[in-house]
Amino acid sequence: MAPNPTPFPYNRGLHRWSLLLALCTLFLVVAGGVVTSRDAGLSVPDWPLSYGKLMPPMEGGIFYEHGHRMIATTVGMFTIVSLVWLWIAEKRKWMKWLGVAALLAVITQGILGGITVLMLLPWWVSSTHASLAQLFFSTTVAIVLFTSDWWLKGASTILEVATAPIRKLSLAAPICVLCQLGLGAAARHKAFGSIYHISGSPIVTGVILWLVVRILLNYSSNRELRLGALTLISITFCQVFLGIAAYMTRIAYADSVQPMPLMVTFTVFHVAVGALTMAASVSLAILVRRNVALAA
Amino acid sequence: MKHPLALLPLLLLAACGSGPKTETAPAAANTASLPEAHVDPATAGTVSGRVLFTGTPPVMPIIDMSSNPQCERQHKTPVKAETVVVNPNGTLRNVFVWIKSGLSPAQWPMPATPAKLDQNGCMYAPRVQGLMEGQDFEILNSDPVNHNVHAECERNAAWNESQPPRAEHKFKKFASEEVLFPVTCSVHPWMRAYVGVSPHPFFFVTADDGSFVLKGVPPGTYTIEAVHEKYGRKEGKVTVAPSGTASIEFTYGS
Ligand SMILES: [Cu+2]
Repeated sequence: MAPNPTPFPYNRGLHRWSLLLALCTLFLVVAGGVVTSRDAGLSVPDWPLSYGKLMPPMEGGIFYEHGHRMIATTVGMFTIVSLVWLWIAEKRKWMKWLGVAALLAVITQGILGGITVLMLLPWWVSSTHASLAQLFFSTTVAIVLFTSDWWLKGASTILEVATAPIRKLSLAAPICVLCQLGLGAAARHKAFGSIYHISGSPIVTGVILWLVVRILLNYSSNRELRLGALTLISITFCQVFLGIAAYMTRIAYADSVQPMPLMVTFTVFHVAVGALTMAASVSLAILVRRNVALAA
Repeated sequence: MKHPLALLPLLLLAACGSGPKTETAPAAANTASLPEAHVDPATAGTVSGRVLFTGTPPVMPIIDMSSNPQCERQHKTPVKAETVVVNPNGTLRNVFVWIKSGLSPAQWPMPATPAKLDQNGCMYAPRVQGLMEGQDFEILNSDPVNHNVHAECERNAAWNESQPPRAEHKFKKFASEEVLFPVTCSVHPWMRAYVGVSPHPFFFVTADDGSFVLKGVPPGTYTIEAVHEKYGRKEGKVTVAPSGTASIEFTYGS
């Protein structure tokens, strides 16, 4: 089916700005992961100032913790710009409110980050901070999707195959990924061991595999779905291997007296690719909900 | 310790009642209601012994201080981790040994001087130490760098504060018995000290000969506990006869 163009114009500047916001957010997620992996979270005991200043000496763990705060402030500012831009230039009302939701999320993130430092990193605050970070990143990616030229050109829809329904299944993937991210964050912040996160991985991988294979078998004529599915499965495979590597280095360095670079590297990549997995599963669900029409 | 003036800080504490920190108040309340400890010097005894280590000591890694070159510069030779320090005579250093139980609850005289923790060369000194409930805990920063000091207590209120170079010394107190909690710095994640808070003065941390001695112990039967940061807890019973010396050895191994 040929796409039906939407009546909304493409705004190149807004789209590119949204892409920049998403990239900065991914970098922010990486920086946050580094803070946790390097045990630097409490190196700056005060908040919102750092050592009573806007710019403390960037030595040792302070470099990571204060660096994280600086990147976060930048992302917060960028989100405000996005919101203003959306309210000025965007014609779709729900997009304006998505911008509001993004700003509320990033503000909540900042406050959670501060609170967890002041409360000496209770696992439930730190885990919420880590999980909301993933949701915020997915939101920025969704905004990139919604402001893109090809999104505004309209969907090439395909009818849902009765024997292989997919609209509901597509929602299961991001929900499972979010639960898995939450378990990972809780294990990282010492709520419990990593056994639950490890046990969850075959389940999440299975659900993703189920969704992707079903798309490739029944809906691969739709280019967007095909690409979305292949992207998700590629990222997921990377993520599983990174998870195993992160676990192996953690075991190998269990007796170390400081965070070891190889462990930090694998773990932070695992966090970053976790964010990409989340964003890819959310994006795929969005594409499925848009491109697959309910059979009459 | 038997000097009556040694009791002065405790009396002051009890008299003032409301210290600036909420955590000091319960200590004053708890111990003030207890009878004053009385040890007859004529019958007081001693508990002594050693902490042995059997097997091959683990190789301690060299600490990588490159994340803060100012720390690195303060050491002429690379610094080894202090998690397990086995002395040449086969004994284990940095083991906290104390009377875990057997003393009747009492208000023991407080040392007149604070317990001190120094941050020097981005390492804590001493690695392990004990102090009494309500005793001053003085924290110094002898380094040209910033530290944060995080007391990871569980029974006492945990806290985390920064201490820049040349900053004033910090004075803290711990109200409740807690043997042994870590003190850490996240600016320098290798920094780790351990503190044991005891309700009485009968504690000792083993040094380079691995021995310990608890003096002025009233006659009686006690549970002596040894606590090591990596190898954990061990305990044994001793009976101190009037003016006697009771011996006990602890053995750890890898
Ligand atoms: Cu430090």
